[in-house]
Amino acid sequence: MSKERIGVYICHCGSNIAGTVDVVEVARWAGETLKERGVVVSRDYKFMCSSLGQELIQKDIKEQGLTRVVVAACSPHLHEQTFRNACKEGGLNPYLCELVSIREQCSWIHSDKAVGTEKAKAIVSGGVEKVIWNEPLEPLRVPINPVTLVVGGGIAGIQAALEIANSGYPVIMVEREPSIGGHMAQFDKTFPTLDCAACILTPRMVEVGSHPNVKLFSYAEVTNVSGYVGNFQVTIKQKARSVNTELCTGCGICQEKCPKKVVDPVFEAGLGYRKAIYTPFPQAVPKYPVIDRENCTYFLKGTCRACEKFCPTGAIDFTQQDEYFTFDVGQIIIATGWDLFDARRIPQYGYGRLANVFTSLEFERLSNAAGPTGGKIVLRDGVTVPKSVAIIHCVGSRDRNYNPYCSAICCMQSLKFAHIVRERTGAEVYNFYLEMRTPAKGYEEFYQRVLEEGTHFIRGKVAEITDAARYPGEEGKIIIQVENTLIGKQMRVPVDMVILSAALEPRRDFKEVARLFGISCSEEGWLIERHPKLDPVATMTEGIYIAGCAQGPKDIPASVAQGAAAAARVVGKIQQKEILMEPIRASIDQDKCSGCRICNNLCPFNAISFIEERMVSEVNPALCQGCGTCVAACPAGAISGTVFSDQAILAQLDGLLLKNVKVLDFTPA
Amino acid sequence: MSERFEPVIIGFTCNWCSYRAADMAGMGRIQYAPNVRLIRLMCSGRLDPTFVIKAFAGGADGVLVSGCHPGDCHYIEQNYKAMRRFYLLRKLLAQMGIEPARLKLLWASAAEGQLFAEEVTKFTEEVRALGPLNWNPEAALLSEQVLYRQPAEVAA
Ligand SMILES: Cc1cc2nc3c(=O)[nH]c(=O)nc-3n(C[C@H](O)[C@H](O)[C@H](O)COP(=O)(O)OP(=O)(O)OC[C@H]3O[C@@H](n4cnc5c(N)ncnc54)[C@H](O)[C@@H]3O)c2cc1C
Ligand code: SF4
Ligand code: SF4
Ligand code: FES
Repeated sequence: MSKERIGVYICHCGSNIAGTVDVVEVARWAGETLKERGVVVSRDYKFMCSSLGQELIQKDIKEQGLTRVVVAACSPHLHEQTFRNACKEGGLNPYLCELVSIREQCSWIHSDKAVGTEKAKAIVSGGVEKVIWNEPLEPLRVPINPVTLVVGGGIAGIQAALEIANSGYPVIMVEREPSIGGHMAQFDKTFPTLDCAACILTPRMVEVGSHPNVKLFSYAEVTNVSGYVGNFQVTIKQKARSVNTELCTGCGICQEKCPKKVVDPVFEAGLGYRKAIYTPFPQAVPKYPVIDRENCTYFLKGTCRACEKFCPTGAIDFTQQDEYFTFDVGQIIIATGWDLFDARRIPQYGYGRLANVFTSLEFERLSNAAGPTGGKIVLRDGVTVPKSVAIIHCVGSRDRNYNPYCSAICCMQSLKFAHIVRERTGAEVYNFYLEMRTPAKGYEEFYQRVLEEGTHFIRGKVAEITDAARYPGEEGKIIIQVENTLIGKQMRVPVDMVILSAALEPRRDFKEVARLFGISCSEEGWLIERHPKLDPVATMTEGIYIAGCAQGPKDIPASVAQGAAAAARVVGKIQQKEILMEPIRASIDQDKCSGCRICNNLCPFNAISFIEERMVSEVNPALCQGCGTCVAACPAGAISGTVFSDQAILAQLDGLLLKNVKVLDFTPA
Repeated sequence: MSERFEPVIIGFTCNWCSYRAADMAGMGRIQYAPNVRLIRLMCSGRLDPTFVIKAFAGGADGVLVSGCHPGDCHYIEQNYKAMRRFYLLRKLLAQMGIEPARLKLLWASAAEGQLFAEEVTKFTEEVRALGPLNWNPEAALLSEQVLYRQPAEVAA
C-alpha cells in the first residue's frame, strides 16, 4: 500500500532543543512508530533553518518523493515561512509543510529530559496527523490601492505623510484637532539641542498643508474602517467648522472680533485663552478657524454673529453640518500620539489645589514665546518671577499605583526645563529624580551641561508637596518633602514653583481606536507592534502600521524615525503593486448549506452574504479573513476552512493524544 | 504504582494572542506544567464545540481554550463568540457526566507569557485533583464520526 510519503525533521536548535529533548530518540521514534502513518524519512539535524538543513529537506523531496513535510523546531511565528519556502523551492507545495514547535512549546519550558522527549513525540505525532490533511494552496494575490491614510498629524504622522507624498503617492491625513502639529507645536524648545520647536515643525506642517499629494482633513475623525490590506474603505467624519474653507482666507479678523473668550484646555493646556472661533495657534495648518459650538454665543443664545459681520469674504456658515466622506485606501498608518497623565490622581502632589504647582505641558506653554505669558516664567498670578523652582521627575511613571513603565522622555524634558528656568529667571532649581535616564545621542552631554549650570539634583521619590509650613522660612512657600536617598536623610525644600513631569499615557480613546482599526494594544493601551525588535512599526493586522507615541513613549527623534519607517514599509508595498496573502479562507458547500443564515451575522467582516435566488449563503473570499468562526458555527457542517479544516484539527488532536500510535512504546509524561 | 496522576490537557490557542503568549513563556524560559499540548487555531472563534468533545472522548483529561482578551480579538469580536460557546459547553459537559471544571477559558495577550504559564500550571493541578476522566463517549450517546482519512494513494 502506498501512502502519503511524509518526511519528519527534528531540529536540535544547537542545544536549545537538544538540551531538553532527546532529538535522536524522537527522530527514531517517529521513523519507526509513525511509519504506519506514512512517515518515510525521519531525521534530526543541528539547525534545520540553516541552508544545509533546508537542503536536507529539498534533497529528500526529490530523492524520496516526499509528499508532506513536518519540521519540529521553533514557533511557526518564527520560521513557518522559511520552511514553506524551502519546500516550495524543493518542488513541494509550501502548504504541505507543517512546522510544529518543540522549542517554545517544549524544550524551553521544561527541564526534565524524559518529560521533554515524550512531549515532543506527542507534538510531532500531532503534526504528522495534521499534515496528512493539508491541502496544496496558492497564496492569494490582491492588488494594493496606492492611497494611504495617515491618522494623527503629530510629528510622527507628518513625517510619514511627507515621506509617502514625496515618493509620489497620495496620502489622506486625518487630524482630530483644528490644526496638525500635535504636541510638538506646544513646545518652546526641544531637547537636547534646544532648537525652537516651531522653527523646525512649522515648515513641515506647511509642506503637508500644501503638498499636491496630501489631502488633509483636520477637525475630523475616522468613524469606520472596513476591508483589508490593499483595499480598505474608510469613512471620515468632517466635523462642521462653521467656516466655508473655499471662501476663508485665514485672515484672522473673526478671531480678533469674537467677543467670547474661553479657556483653551487643549493647546494652551488650560493655561491660556482662545476665542469661540479659533485656530489653536497662529501658524495653524490648515489656516481655517473653527467655531467651538459649545461655547459660541450664537449657538448658545442665538445672537452675536460678530464673526459673520466682520468676515471680509463671507466665509462664516452657521448652518454647516458634519460631513461624511468615504475613501478607498490601501494602507493605514496610525500616529495618534499620547495624552498627559492627570496629575490630580496623585493628591499629595497638590496639583489643582496648590496654585503654583504646574504640569509639564503647562510649563511648556508658560515658557513658550508665543504662549499666554509671552514666554515669561511667572507664578499663576501672572507677574511674580519664581526665585526657586522644583521639578519632579517620574510623576505617574515608574509607579505601580499609576503606570509601571518609564515614560522615556521626562528626564530629558525635566533637564530641559531646569535649563530654561535658570537661563530665564536665574532661580534656584531642584530636580527630584529617581534615576537619571539619558540614553540617547547627546542626552548625557546635555545632563552634564545642566549639572554644570548649577541645578541641584536630589535623588528620591517625593512624598508630599504641601503649603503647610512647619519651619521658619517655609511660610508662603511650597514645601517638597522627600527622602534624599543618596545621603539617607529626610529633607524639606521650600520653593515658589513646582513642575510635575507627568507621564506620557496612551490616548484616552485607545480602546475605540484599536477596535476601529482592528489592532491590539497592551494592557496600558499602547498599540502593539508585530515584533518588538524586528518589526516595530507593523501590526498584526496586515496593512496597518503604527508610528510615534501611539506605540509607546518616545522622544521626537524616535517618533520621526518610526514615521519614516512606517512610510518606507507602505511605499515598499505600493511598489509591489500586489500583495500575497495567506490563503486561509472559509468557503460554503452550496449543496450542504440549508440556508439557515446562522453564519451571516457571525462574520465580523461581513464576508458572508445570502443569495436569495438559491437560498444559500456564500463567502466573499476577498473579505474573509479566515478566523473560522463561521466554520465552527454552521449546523450543517457546510462551511470549511483552508489550512485549519475540521479534519486537520481533529487529526492533530488525535495525533497529540497518540490515538493513532499502535506500537506502545510510549509512556505518557 | 505510587506515581502521581499526570493529566493530559489539550490547549486550543488562537494564532494572534494566546499562542504568542505561549511563545512568550517559552522565550522567557518560564517553566510550567508539561501536561498541556497545544493546537493552534486562527482565532478562538474557530473552536467548534465538537473539538472539545472529541478531545475528551480521545483521552484528554482537561481542555484549555485560550484567546485574546475581550476587545482584542484579531477578528474584532470573535472571542465573544468563543466565550458564549464556552459557557454552553460547560453546561453540556455537566449533562454528559464530565466535570465542567475540566474545561477552562483563558484570555492571554501576546505579552502575557507569565500569566499563560501560571494558568496552565494551575489548571493542571485542578485537573490532577479531579483525577483521570476515562470518559466513555458511547455511553453519552455520541455518534462516532469518521476521524481519519486513509492516507491518499500516491499517483503512480
Ligand atoms: C512636556 C513634554 C515636553 C517634551 N519635550 C520634548 C523635547 O524637547 N524633545 C523631544 O524629542 N521630545 C519631547 N517630548 C516628547 C514628544 O512630545 C513626543 O515624542 C512627540 O509628541 C510624539 O509625537 P507623535 O506624533 O507621536 O504624537 P502627538 O504629538 O501626540 O501627535 C498626535 C496627533 O494625533 C492626533 N490624534 C490623536 N488621536 C486622534 C484620532 N483618533 N484621530 C485623528 N487624530 C488624532 C492628535 O490631535 C495629535 O495631533 C516632550 C513631551 C512632553 C510631555
Ligand atoms: S450556517 Fe451553514 S447552513 Fe446556515 S446559512 Fe451559513 S453556511 Fe448555510
Ligand atoms: S472565516 Fe467565516 S466568519 Fe471568519 S472572516 Fe471568514 S467568512 Fe467571516
Ligand atoms: S484572534 Fe485571538 S481570540 Fe480571536
